[in-house]
Amino acid sequence: MTGVPEPLVADALLGGAALLAGLAAVLLGRVVAGPTVHDRVVAVNVVGTTIVVVIALVGAALGEPGFLDVALVYALLNFLLSVGLSKFSIERGGVL
Amino acid sequence: MTTLGTAAVLGLVAASVGFALVAVVGFYRLPDVYARAHAASKSETLGALLALAAAAVAFGPGETLKLALLALFVLVTGPTAAHAVARSAADAGIEPWTRGRPLPDGGVDLARSEPERETEPPEDGTEGRR
Repeated sequence: MTGVPEPLVADALLGGAALLAGLAAVLLGRVVAGPTVHDRVVAVNVVGTTIVVVIALVGAALGEPGFLDVALVYALLNFLLSVGLSKFSIERGGVL
Repeated sequence: MTTLGTAAVLGLVAASVGFALVAVVGFYRLPDVYARAHAASKSETLGALLALAAAAVAFGPGETLKLALLALFVLVTGPTAAHAVARSAADAGIEPWTRGRPLPDGGVDLARSEPERETEPPEDGTEGRR
């Protein structure tokens, strides 16, 4: 079943996606204000996870299964970003 | 979609937004990077899983396998990334905050807002403000 869901379900999914996007935008304040680089990396990781969820919710609301492939690739890139930044922000580099 | 499926989508989306709100509040209230990684790796992961479950209910059984794969990936990589960042912070020499130490920049002193833990009187009128 790949059709568009009924209007109440679609509105709930889009509203949840909008609220999550707003929370991610609020979290960017921690990315700006974080005293260390590790605070910023953790906050960027959470923003990326929220964006993955928003992509999946919008895909469900529009009835587009292809959005899930985009979300999966975005989750992979988000994980690589966090591990890479934490690995190369210190000298020894053996974090994982 | 049945009424039960609609109710499930509404409840799962509401719970997901609630857990994401808990994570964001934790990011602004907790004192150092270790406590913030703890807020990120638990509240945010659970909120993401609930939202992906809502998407799975809305899509129907055709896309459950792909969403289950995405949920498994989020479940594995979120705490792993938080662990890697916390370990690199420990290797960089950042000491975990404990009560009585001066706060790092950007945090809110939770202990000072509870008066029974303090022996000296507040020096200005901002102690009762949360």
